Amino acid sequence: MSILNLFIIVPLLTVGGILLTKDLRQSRLVSAVGMGFQMILSFVLVYLYLHERAAGNTATMLFTYDALWFPTLNIHYALGVDGISVAMIALTGIVVFAGIFASWKMTYLPREFFISLIILASGVFGFFISVDLFTMFLFYELAVIPMYLLIGIWGSGPKEYSAMKLTLMLMAGSAMLMVGILGIYFFSSPDHSHLTFNLMEISKIKIPIEMQRFLFPFTFIGFGILGALFPFHTWSPDGHASAPTAVSMLHAGVLMKLGGYGAFRVAIFLMPEAAHEQAWIFLILTSISVVYGAFSAVVQNDLKYINAYSSVSHCGLVLFAVLMMNQTAMNGAIVQMISHGLMTALFFALIGMIYGRTHTRIIQEMGGLMKVIPFLGVVYVIAGLASLGLPGFSGFVAEMIIFVGAFQHVDVFHRVITILAASSIVITAVYILRVVGLLLMGPIKNDHFLHLDDAKWYERISTVTLVLAITAIGVAPFWLTNMINYSLAPIVEKLSAIQITSLF
Amino acid sequence: MNFSDILTMRHELMLTLLALVVLIIDLNLHNRDKHYIIPITLSLFFIHTVVGFLPAEKSVLFGGMYQTKPLLVMMKNILNVGVLIILLQSVTWLKKEENREKISEYFILLFSTLIGMYFMISSGDFLMFYLGLELATIPIAALAAYTHHNTKSAEAGIKLLLTSALSSGILLFGISLIYGSTGSIYFDTVTNLYQNSPMQVLAFIFFFSGMAFKLSLVPFHLWTADVYEGAPINVTSYLSVISKGAAAFILIIVMFTVFNKIAPIYNHILYLIAVLTMTIGNLFALRQKNMKRFLAFSSIAQAGFILLGILGGNVLGMTSVIYFVLVYIFSNLGAFGVVSAISTVTGKESMDDYDGLYATNPKLSLLMMLALFSLAGIPPVAGFFGKFFLFASAASAGYYWLVFIAVLNATISLYYYLLVVKAMFINKNETPLAYFKSDLATRTGLVLAGLGIFILGFWSQIYEVINNLSFGLIH
Repeated sequence: MSILNLFIIVPLLTVGGILLTKDLRQSRLVSAVGMGFQMILSFVLVYLYLHERAAGNTATMLFTYDALWFPTLNIHYALGVDGISVAMIALTGIVVFAGIFASWKMTYLPREFFISLIILASGVFGFFISVDLFTMFLFYELAVIPMYLLIGIWGSGPKEYSAMKLTLMLMAGSAMLMVGILGIYFFSSPDHSHLTFNLMEISKIKIPIEMQRFLFPFTFIGFGILGALFPFHTWSPDGHASAPTAVSMLHAGVLMKLGGYGAFRVAIFLMPEAAHEQAWIFLILTSISVVYGAFSAVVQNDLKYINAYSSVSHCGLVLFAVLMMNQTAMNGAIVQMISHGLMTALFFALIGMIYGRTHTRIIQEMGGLMKVIPFLGVVYVIAGLASLGLPGFSGFVAEMIIFVGAFQHVDVFHRVITILAASSIVITAVYILRVVGLLLMGPIKNDHFLHLDDAKWYERISTVTLVLAITAIGVAPFWLTNMINYSLAPIVEKLSAIQITSLF
Repeated sequence: MNFSDILTMRHELMLTLLALVVLIIDLNLHNRDKHYIIPITLSLFFIHTVVGFLPAEKSVLFGGMYQTKPLLVMMKNILNVGVLIILLQSVTWLKKEENREKISEYFILLFSTLIGMYFMISSGDFLMFYLGLELATIPIAALAAYTHHNTKSAEAGIKLLLTSALSSGILLFGISLIYGSTGSIYFDTVTNLYQNSPMQVLAFIFFFSGMAFKLSLVPFHLWTADVYEGAPINVTSYLSVISKGAAAFILIIVMFTVFNKIAPIYNHILYLIAVLTMTIGNLFALRQKNMKRFLAFSSIAQAGFILLGILGGNVLGMTSVIYFVLVYIFSNLGAFGVVSAISTVTGKESMDDYDGLYATNPKLSLLMMLALFSLAGIPPVAGFFGKFFLFASAASAGYYWLVFIAVLNATISLYYYLLVVKAMFINKNETPLAYFKSDLATRTGLVLAGLGIFILGFWSQIYEVINNLSFGLIH
């Protein structure tokens, strides 16, 4: 029995525990205990992973667990993690834990809220620990569907519209993914005798190039929709703006990472030839995401929309880096996923807390909040600085590595597109500083704001956890990058073994 | 043929006996005691269902007209379980004052159609097939007109009768062409003699059109919505679940055996009809406000998915279709069960009446949501597995674009299933339907359906059993 099974069992037990509770007090306590345990578990996993590696275990996937599920189709319940998934699991653990504390005052149908939230979380955990495409797909959909209820029931604004739009667009993404996965499955064995869904086994063979050309766009766009790939990103701003705080945190922080993670773990890793051929199309699309997302954030006035568009920009950068397909850039992509996950979760948590006090999210209506709620104000500035890539925070590490990696390509196309994408750093600074200026500095515009309370203890737990994680990565990125690099090596090796026949 | 051979028809024999017993009990009961029929019939049918699961052997009777093998017995058992749930769900409705005098009719007509389906599934030649089909169809028309004082119900009965007659005519014409071109009506002989001569292709098209009426595939679906709306809710669920399931079973058997040789030709037809059925069924379902019509159109779309498995044309396809029908029976009965429970107690059938249902009837709402998610193919409920395997079988034959269209259609269907979820969980309502407690039978029926929705997917042994049984059937 592998430790990884616990990542499914603990959420299930927590859900069972919440079912037994009666009111908000009890259900949030059970959720906090369960997800706190889950977070500690993910730290233990990081420790165990590093320990195994130090002991000289060179297997690609560690802690594997494999149970035959549907023998006829050779579907397994197969688990395993490498450095990348361990890092993603740690991220998920932190964000979910912070999310529970951010919803401490969820008075409307609290039990249902926490149950949906934890089902969502278990889908994400399941996705990151799966090495079987079928279970991976199952967990992917499991993570998407609770979003409908979470946004629809507990959301704000045009919540029904946003919830439906988000669900349908993501399900359309999973429709494309379904085609991709089935195609990969039926070509997972050269002589069609031992078809398999197992990622590691499929990666050992070469899928026929004609099939790759057909399947790669399906798989990449399928995951790309969740990773806010232009022009399929439109669910993201509406969805994030309407979602309750914890859901925005989880969704932007973790769920969108499923897209980036899947894009390189499934699409690029299994179909490297087609990836090389078609990368230029998607590079153009992702750099549009990066720049367009940033520009959109500049002109928005609603805090949540600003952050949602900023997420489009940052997640675009993840896909951008993944498509560069070299060790440095891909390493940056994963650091960026983790960094953005923490940052954006912090942002959404703060926005939720500020909105809970001022009852508005329009930045022009606020001002001078630093004077009345200094704790939240300072944390907001920290999140902002991390987001615009100030050295010492995780954002700098990630963007630095990505652009260094991207610039390693010597041809004109990659250089130009890298410079274009890098311009987003400046635009990011514009919208972050604009918000900080309007929101926190200047005179207090509303007398009502004079009597606001600063962060409560549970809000402090939520934010401090995230700030600590961001700073930890910013100050000491090496343990993370080392862990990722080790596991990226076989992937990059596979990618670089290919004769590049790209258009550029 | 001796006596013990006859016993291999135990499903048919027992159910006939059961129908007769119900009739005799009914004759001997005073009018005010009629409701005793319900528990007696239910327990007898329960025994019948359990006995059906005893191990069965392969055998051929009446010179090849009737055949049985473990796979066919499995299909009959699947139908039995579905019927058992429907019977449980109809108890409250049958106990109503206006139905008191015709309780036994309901059971007898229903059992007659079920016997017809048994014979249809077990048929070894087209004659038995046709007899079974008719026996399975005509009593349903009477059932659809069960509340004949209600104009819509009477209309449903007539509509069903007329369309069945027409479709049977077309089907018979196809069979006559098959007989004319091969000189035989036995499946085995026809299988060997079938070529792709134009007349035989034409024969197939007529035959398939007739079956398409029964399965309500587009463009032969026009009767469905009116009949489903007009018929009493439990008859509707019987029509859309059991009747359709049985038709799917026999269709896939005939397609994979008798018409196997013209598969390259019929695949084109199936491809087109599958796309049309899924898309049009979905697009019409989008606009429905009446829950019965809504489920009617959604079930049209679901029938389109079944064709994907037939297109797969291999063991995977066969297994997936049977498995999908099994999952579909439970999911649809979950949805119909909730609609039936609400309709029987409150008389409300419109989607607007479901606004805010979660506040007053949380358990019913949750079951409805699970059932709809299962119909839409969302994990972790069984529908996801059913759909995934169907799509896998179509992909195995290389129909990737069809799979894509199908999954997109599943996404469209998710939209209208979510509309119901939205009504129950999100929409605000000043006067939601009041809380009510269903009686034991209804609850048992709902719990059974709910359990099926949950367990069938994870429990991979069921899929494996169906797969092992299907294996011998196709070469």
